[in-house]
Amino acid sequence: MSSTSTSSQMGQLVADKHVRYILMAEKKKESFESVVMDHLRMNGAYWGLTTLDLLEKLGTVSEDEVVSWVMTCQHESGGFAGNTGHDPHILYTLSAVQILALFDKLNILDVGKVSSYVAGLQNEDGSFSGDIWGEIDTRFSYIAICCLSIFKCLDKINVEKAVDYIVSCKNLDGGFGCTPGAESHAGQIFCCVGALAITGNLHHVDKDLLGWWLCERQVKSGGLNGRPEKLPDVCYSWWVLSSLIMIDRVHWIDKAKLVKFILDCQDMDNGGISDRPDDAVDIFHTYFGVAGLSLLEYPGIKAIDPAYALPVDVINRIIFTK
Amino acid sequence: MHGRPRKAYKPEEEAASAAKAVKPRSLQSQFMSNHHNKIYTKEAIELSTKLLEINPEAYTAWNYRKLAVEDRLSRIESDPDLVKSILDEELVVVESALRQNFKSYGAWHHRKWVLSKGNSSIGNELRLLDKFQRLDSRNFHAWNYRRFVVELTNRSEQDELQYTENMISTDFSNYSAWHNRSVLLSSLLARRADGFMPNEKIPEEYKLVHDAIFTDEDDQSGWFYHLWLLDQTVNVETPLLISSWPSHGSRINLSGAGCLNDSSSKLPTFCFESGSFPLILYFDQDVGGVSSSTVKIDSELKGNEDLVWEPVSKKNSQVSCVWVARLKYMSSEPSFRKEYKVNVRIGNSPGIVSSRGFNFNAPYEFVFTAHVHDTVEESQESIVSWTDGFDIWDAQSKDLNSLVTLDQLNTQMDLKWRQEALAEEIDLFHALSDSKIGKLTLARLLKAEAMISGDAVKGVHYEKIVDLYNDLMALDSPHYQYYKDEHSVALLHKVTSSTESLSRYLFQYKDMNNAVCLRLNNLSLSRIGSVEKLLFVQMLDLSHNELHSTEGLEAMQLLSCINLSHNRIRSFSALDSLRHLKQLRVLDVSHNHIGKHSVDTTRYLCSSPLSNSEWTQDEVGRQMPTLVTKYWDAYFVFRDLNLKQLDIAGNVIAGDEFSSFVIQVVPKLVWLDGQKLRR
Repeated sequence: MSSTSTSSQMGQLVADKHVRYILMAEKKKESFESVVMDHLRMNGAYWGLTTLDLLEKLGTVSEDEVVSWVMTCQHESGGFAGNTGHDPHILYTLSAVQILALFDKLNILDVGKVSSYVAGLQNEDGSFSGDIWGEIDTRFSYIAICCLSIFKCLDKINVEKAVDYIVSCKNLDGGFGCTPGAESHAGQIFCCVGALAITGNLHHVDKDLLGWWLCERQVKSGGLNGRPEKLPDVCYSWWVLSSLIMIDRVHWIDKAKLVKFILDCQDMDNGGISDRPDDAVDIFHTYFGVAGLSLLEYPGIKAIDPAYALPVDVINRIIFTK
Repeated sequence: MHGRPRKAYKPEEEAASAAKAVKPRSLQSQFMSNHHNKIYTKEAIELSTKLLEINPEAYTAWNYRKLAVEDRLSRIESDPDLVKSILDEELVVVESALRQNFKSYGAWHHRKWVLSKGNSSIGNELRLLDKFQRLDSRNFHAWNYRRFVVELTNRSEQDELQYTENMISTDFSNYSAWHNRSVLLSSLLARRADGFMPNEKIPEEYKLVHDAIFTDEDDQSGWFYHLWLLDQTVNVETPLLISSWPSHGSRINLSGAGCLNDSSSKLPTFCFESGSFPLILYFDQDVGGVSSSTVKIDSELKGNEDLVWEPVSKKNSQVSCVWVARLKYMSSEPSFRKEYKVNVRIGNSPGIVSSRGFNFNAPYEFVFTAHVHDTVEESQESIVSWTDGFDIWDAQSKDLNSLVTLDQLNTQMDLKWRQEALAEEIDLFHALSDSKIGKLTLARLLKAEAMISGDAVKGVHYEKIVDLYNDLMALDSPHYQYYKDEHSVALLHKVTSSTESLSRYLFQYKDMNNAVCLRLNNLSLSRIGSVEKLLFVQMLDLSHNELHSTEGLEAMQLLSCINLSHNRIRSFSALDSLRHLKQLRVLDVSHNHIGKHSVDTTRYLCSSPLSNSEWTQDEVGRQMPTLVTKYWDAYFVFRDLNLKQLDIAGNVIAGDEFSSFVIQVVPKLVWLDGQKLRR
């Protein structure tokens, strides 16, 4: 079922409005939301800028301004903070690297230093801490592997142990959790499947079992939830879809219904996409909505890579050169 | 914003929001100044408390508090009461932060960090958790924290299992509780804890999960638990050999490159340019450790003393369910027209281990005869046609019996309780067969029963399974393609369930030494299955189906010709499994969807730099870097194949540029889209 044939009856992507919403959101520094979100501005920048690139509008932002702000967030340890003045953390380090990759500016980084910061967070059992304070989570395993693969220096970590740790987080339903024994969750599954994909270890995934669990995330409205018996949410359009694509089981869901659900979550007047229809929009869901539509081959959106969460042309440029 | 209703824009609200932001903004800037200047006074710490009350997600403030705690502890180490009061103060801050935001990663981690310092009372933690888990029984942070506390306090798995049962009886729709139950129970079953023998415990668990499924058949909470129980019922831990080529008692005809001297023979003959033939072992699960020390071969064929066994899988994996070794049969001395007996013994010495760590412990021995024929000069490179030159397989022929591999039941398996449990489940789910989960579970149960039953039961069951998936496709159309794939697999089970039914699809191709050809065209197959029974096939016609990938074909090591025309292949990476087929010379992928889609679903399932597979730049890669980047998936598949004949017409990607690229990458190609190449 192609999205083009049915798109006339289910509304269109208001791409221009989303672009304006993203550019405006960046300027609204007065609101309460912007204060409580202050510490993860690096994530926000990655979400917004990647969305702009997928809509072929990255040129509308000032590259120099963004890049120099990103560099103010780098800590002497090599890691990046969520914003100027905050502490470094692996979560924001990946976003910073992804932003620089979008602009083809990885060359301004001291790659040795950043990769040493990331590699230094690996623990004896192969897991990764998020920062010096030792929180362990398979999200951090994904981030480390994604980051080091972009730098082409996975040899800085013990990949075998990293993979073993991720596999130890595999559950009897085929999914993955944050630590061994933790419940499967679509976001966590993306991280684990993504890390296994990048390191060429997808044979550890039980594709049929996990594929069934993932395709059953689609609810009647067409939207996807992140765990059984939960509400659908646009962000799972990314986590579930990308995982299904990496294990070649995405044909098990109804794509046309999901396209409709995402389009129904748009704010048609002011731009932006929300978690569910008629909820307040935010930049996080705007990104995941557009990225989801990209994975659904919606016309007018660039293709996004399901493992690296960057446009395919950006990743192909990095991986296939040299 | 999660779950917050969208409202029309109002200027007064914007002003209110800005006003509300004034206090946290000033708190934040004061906090940053304290943090950067390492100020850990009472007032400074108090300020971070206020900030975290407003915003529990401010991770830097949690970091600051840890530094402050360490600073304070370093001054008063000797006084346990003071230490305790400092740590308890942190627990209070975390608790109020969690009341504000139950999902704050930073708050939960801070609590773990404080507890791991010791000195504080862990006894309260389970009580606090009970309170939180009653409010939100699906919160995975709380469940994770619970497992952390349980480990710290050495609480027993049995007690925790009881807790999951209590949670489930309060509300069966609690997937988190079912999940935790599966974790605890699999650990208790694995170590055979007192009262946890599988043959007693698993039937009990079936009863528990029925209550959930039969109360509300649309509630998914029990679905996956039931599937896990089914897996525990039919699958044994120890790996088994399920088929081989050549099979026990078979007689194979071998020749060198070219055609047989004796053209009157109707026997299929296998010819290998390399002068060695593959010996294929197919296990029921991934195993490692197959080697010349775990597989012993006795034969008069010279030069096979130290056979190299290779897993048929990605390069960086040392496990696979398919293993292959190549036995030499053409030596320099003229010794043709001779029969050789080959005896294969597997698993007499330990070493073959499943990827889950279980030993192969059912030693098996088989014998076959290799008949080596004389050949004439190498034949001309003629085009292989998929329309002419096929003879119907003689159903009376004894050859098939020796060619078709047989199932080997696990004699060590304790079948009684498993069969009883399955029979009971099948009875029960017949009552639910109007619903989606009823039909799906029934199909899975029947498949499980067929697995451990004889041939007569198998055929009947596969017939029923095919019908159930037909119903499901109509009943639950959003998941149509899932059922379609399962339907295809069941159909192939049916086709291969007896020699008689399989022989209807078998032919012989005269122009290639009577090669065995299996024609599964026009069956609307969307997925390949049952390959373990098809290891003897040399030509495979899968044209006019709905396949989008060749996954599974890698086991069919004898394949030299494959027809995949008129299917739904979307990219060359979907053909990755063909890279393992060393004999493959003829490939038809015309009229597929290659080049039509922007999303490549096999991008990470193939060996390429994207999945960090090792690759070395060859001459072609150096000469045409741009084309290699553009057609990377074709490049990585074709450079490992030794094709003579290829058809790619009728795909979006086909064209002059792509053709000239292919000719470079495949130097031995003779026929492209029906045209003989002039090199």
